[in-house]
Amino acid sequence: MARRETGALLGCEPKELVFTSGGTEADNLAIFGSVQANSAQHKHVITTAIEHPAVLNPCRELERTGAAVTYIRPGSDGLIDPADIRGALRPETLLVSVMHANNETGTLQPIAEIAEIVHEAGALMHSDGVQAAGKIPVDVQALGVDLYSISGHKFYAPKGIGALYVKNGTKLRPIQFGGKHERERRPGTENVPSAVAMGKAAEIARGALGIEKARLERLRDRLETGILARVPDSGVNGRGLAGRGTSRTPNTTNIYFDGLEGEALVISLDLKGFAVSSGSACSSGAVEPSHVLLAMRLAPERARASLRFSLGASNNEEQVDALIDAVAESAAQLRKLSPTYASA
Amino acid sequence: MSGGVDSSVVAGLLQRRGQRIVGLTMQLWNQRRLPELVPEGGATGRCCSLDDVYDARHVAQHLGIPYYVVNFEAGFEEQVVKPFIDDYLAGRTPIPCTLCNNFIKFDQFLDLASGVGASRIATGHYARIGFDDASGRYQMSRGADHSKDQTYFLFGLKQEQLARTDFPLGAFTKPEVRALARELGLPVAAKPDSQEICFVPNGDYAAFIDAYFRERGIAPEKTSGEIRDTQGRVLGEHAGVHHFTIGQRRGLRVAAGEPLYVIATEPASQRVIVGRGEDLLRATLSAKDMNWISIAPINQSIRARVKIRNKHVAADATVTPIGNDATRVEVHFDEPQRAITPGQAAVFYDEDLVLGGGWIE
Repeated sequence: MARRETGALLGCEPKELVFTSGGTEADNLAIFGSVQANSAQHKHVITTAIEHPAVLNPCRELERTGAAVTYIRPGSDGLIDPADIRGALRPETLLVSVMHANNETGTLQPIAEIAEIVHEAGALMHSDGVQAAGKIPVDVQALGVDLYSISGHKFYAPKGIGALYVKNGTKLRPIQFGGKHERERRPGTENVPSAVAMGKAAEIARGALGIEKARLERLRDRLETGILARVPDSGVNGRGLAGRGTSRTPNTTNIYFDGLEGEALVISLDLKGFAVSSGSACSSGAVEPSHVLLAMRLAPERARASLRFSLGASNNEEQVDALIDAVAESAAQLRKLSPTYASA
Repeated sequence: MSGGVDSSVVAGLLQRRGQRIVGLTMQLWNQRRLPELVPEGGATGRCCSLDDVYDARHVAQHLGIPYYVVNFEAGFEEQVVKPFIDDYLAGRTPIPCTLCNNFIKFDQFLDLASGVGASRIATGHYARIGFDDASGRYQMSRGADHSKDQTYFLFGLKQEQLARTDFPLGAFTKPEVRALARELGLPVAAKPDSQEICFVPNGDYAAFIDAYFRERGIAPEKTSGEIRDTQGRVLGEHAGVHHFTIGQRRGLRVAAGEPLYVIATEPASQRVIVGRGEDLLRATLSAKDMNWISIAPINQSIRARVKIRNKHVAADATVTPIGNDATRVEVHFDEPQRAITPGQAAVFYDEDLVLGGGWIE
């Protein structure tokens, strides 16, 4: 039941799913599991510079243990060019891992197009779909991926449950060892309550997908339009050029506010009751400039001046309008004190 | 909030007084850098360690106040760490705590606090701030606990910085602060005091400088050279002028019939000059970049007690302005003082009142 509903969210068969403890484990299993299942001659992996740490750090670990990894950078719109993937493929390339939706900008990558190129070269295609599943329609068949990671809590299942889609026939070696659970791909007693909850959450998410996606897009657009109208020298990161915008998830937007520190704006908004984020939290909880925005070649000052806003099922227009007011007020207050910002 | 007892008590005291407060911890240095400096079993006196941040967050949760960690790593490296290294290589003995106070805590950090809506900042320094109606100036005095007094590191504070700063611990002794921590039920009440320069593990600044250069891939300029005595006789070799500070006795590895001390370091010739204890005595110094706190810049000589390093007992002296604007002064001590060291601060007192201070040239 849980497996069937989760599979339905991704358009796959129930037996193609391996339940994991979350997105991070799914990514680790995809990367190490496929590399270790294959011969030593195939030790080249391609990924992108904008992946979540759950993909980047396994790749760094692969490098430490002797594999070669190529990190593809996006354009300034945040998009990975499939031609760059083609150019990086080698005869020994085993796996290409490109995230479906970016967690900081919401930008959707051209996964189907990349997967086709990857398969022509005889390599495997993995996509980290943690930010996409439940937010946009996902069909792993149409995407053409061999491996696809999801995390339950991103579509309102409890934290601590996720899954890896493993296409029938894909060679995968377990990365932990024990019993024969999950078709010998993930030993350990199944987390049944969480899996059931994820199945139910998947069912609800799939049922509401069309309406909720449109509703969040309207809210997101309202937020962007409101902020850009009220705050001078602000703009959206990863939205693409006017007229040929990128596809994005409906719930995320990333906005820069030139001349102020994103960290200060986050605190100011948090004190007003709005939880937004800037960059990525390092282990102490301090903020480091976003590696995603830096990879998109934003100037470091602008990367530090950028905030990520995420909307969810519980948000409404009233809250978005209050957030716009709060952002305008906080940004004006911070810029008044900024040594680097002189308004035109 | 550093996660230590002092700043935790500050938060508890302010909350008890009914102030609306926000707890902030400054992330100043990435402890994953220079891992070779950390011996097995961990180093002591490390700033921004995860344990300290955990403690600070725990205290904030205990008090029920908003709490954030803010990243000042870039500013700290530029304004504190690099000048610290440059000073040592130039034969001076720097005070990074003062640079951090001048350029990070009471500058960038104060701005951030204002930006998020805080009208004032409070820190756990042992010092007192008052306002003198007669002169219209904010004044600074030594903390009630003279053994913990930190005014030596705060001489760079400007009037507009003092106007927005509180030192709630200035009126207390350290044992009183520990008692307050227990009374407030703070989870860090029994935590030991921190020591040393916060970003230098185990106080080994020379090893820090060497490791920093290795990390940056910069070959340090050759700073090794001869050890000579005051008559110019070569007594031995040393590994770099940055290993030495004036008055230092240990680590010279020179055999002599009497105790030898570093009298001077000469970066230009890479020489370290050593001599007897009495060779360290000097009656005068000049100081630059003067900051006047409790009094207006002087235009004539004044009498003051002058402190030339943190652990020095302030000594009577006459302070005379050089030029018209009193940004430089000459200090003449009544009695010669031991080991006057360029790069350290000269801070002037009238009893507990901090008149001002500058950098020893």
